[in-house]
Amino acid sequence: MIELWNALPLVIQILLKITAILLPLLGMVAYYTYAERKVIGYMQVRIGPNRVGWRGLLQPIADAVKLMMKEIVIPTKADKTLFLLAPMITIAPAMAVWAVFPFDEGLVLADINAGLLYILALSSVGVYGVIIAGWASNSRYALLGSMRVAAQIVAYEIAMGFALVGVLVAAGSLNLGAIVEAQQGNVLTWFWLPLLPLFGVYLISGVAETNRAPFDVAEGESEIVAGFHVEYSGMAFAVFFLAEYANMILIAALSALLFMGGWLSPLPQGWTGGIWVLQDGFHWLLLKTFFFMFVFLWLRATFPRYRYDQIMRLGWKVFIPITIVWILVVALAVVYRLPPWWSA
Amino acid sequence: MGFEKFLFYVFALITLWAAGMVITRKNPVHSVLFLVLAFVSSAALWLLLEAEFLGIVLVLVYVGAVMVLFLFVIMMLDIDIATLRAGFIRYLPIGILITAVMAVEIFLIVGPSNFGLEAFPAPEPAAADASNAADLGRVLYTLYLYPVEIAAVILLVAIVAAIRLTLRRRPETKFVDPSRQVRVKKGPRRIRLVKMAAEVAVPAAVSSAQPGVEENS
Repeated sequence: MIELWNALPLVIQILLKITAILLPLLGMVAYYTYAERKVIGYMQVRIGPNRVGWRGLLQPIADAVKLMMKEIVIPTKADKTLFLLAPMITIAPAMAVWAVFPFDEGLVLADINAGLLYILALSSVGVYGVIIAGWASNSRYALLGSMRVAAQIVAYEIAMGFALVGVLVAAGSLNLGAIVEAQQGNVLTWFWLPLLPLFGVYLISGVAETNRAPFDVAEGESEIVAGFHVEYSGMAFAVFFLAEYANMILIAALSALLFMGGWLSPLPQGWTGGIWVLQDGFHWLLLKTFFFMFVFLWLRATFPRYRYDQIMRLGWKVFIPITIVWILVVALAVVYRLPPWWSA
Repeated sequence: MGFEKFLFYVFALITLWAAGMVITRKNPVHSVLFLVLAFVSSAALWLLLEAEFLGIVLVLVYVGAVMVLFLFVIMMLDIDIATLRAGFIRYLPIGILITAVMAVEIFLIVGPSNFGLEAFPAPEPAAADASNAADLGRVLYTLYLYPVEIAAVILLVAIVAAIRLTLRRRPETKFVDPSRQVRVKKGPRRIRLVKMAAEVAVPAAVSSAQPGVEENS
């Protein structure tokens, strides 16, 4: 089997690896929408989708078929090229980011040194899709939505970037695998504890970056209908949707990787007793990611939408000062080798 | 080497084409988007030079932040394109002349006589696990410490100056202060609850002295 794999040309090998990452990701996106409707349904004492398939399990497939069958309406005065390009610009970075994501020790498509920086750079490119969509639609609501997105994402990117600076100061590396290795130990040596303020800032900025409730002023259906994608229909709309959910999964997975020890087991090495489930492995990463994905839905069902000026205040006047102070604290702790995280 | 050279030419052509489109497009939003394309393809060229840190930072800073703000401003402007384009043909000869002069100058400076393979032999490719970011950081904070710090201070001064120049106090404008708003808590200072009975019996002397009653009698 391994011989057969090695006999394949490199391009085919990489293409197969990409497929092995993206197909489960798209499946997760599809069932994340189902989970969202179910979870929020139960939180609001409803049942949620329950008609297609057993307990509504085939609902995402029905939705996908419906969206594919629908006509893509292009407004008369729209900039046609950019209008069709915008969804692609949104989804391409959301997919490409996964190239450097390690799923287990050594299980990564491209093990590059500047992995964290690559993720930050690509996720900042995704905002173009939203801005271009708003402008090319030639609609007031769409333009207002994309203006809000541009300001919000630029503001929260700084806080998020500073939170990540704290992580890489703590780990001493930009490589995602090395960052997880630096958290080796047990649940208390993971970075969530020494970097607790940064962890909070990162998670909330992640919600703001993906334009999810309570930061979803970009869509704001009560004020600007649906924001930047008000003119999109059918598959073009679905692509925006895919990108948004893929980004949510990415933020959840990154929170697990950077602050919650990734694939590391919460138990110390000696306590696992040779039981496979308790040892380090991909299943821990999956479990932690699912938890953060649930937090996204939980937030949406719990909080009302933030007001726009309060969003700006939170980003610029609260988060950025917190991160700057805590980077200093972390740097001092690293320099003075504060046990148990940096004693070695 | 063959494939790398091919990639170099592909990205170099994309960069040149995008840069040309920036100045010839009629719509300023298209121009900005072509500028973004030029930045992305030059980041790819830097990756080919094994400067992956710089390449990624170029995308992060210029594409991810600077150009987003640029686009933000351009989209808000109501530009009359016809008047902007009116002088294009008239000034074209001067433009071509200046371009030619600059091209010759650049060629004289970075041409083969100064930067050819004899003057600057191709460096050894770095090992696969060499960390670009670590090398750059080491050089910046040891050898070039003072230039980096001075540049940082100059940038800080520029930020403060730019903010000061755009900060206009307009006393007639009414606005809310969100930080004071979110500090509001329920309590005695916000809402005062007054205890009172639902109905108050009106004394007989007062009711007879009512003005309405007096007029009628």
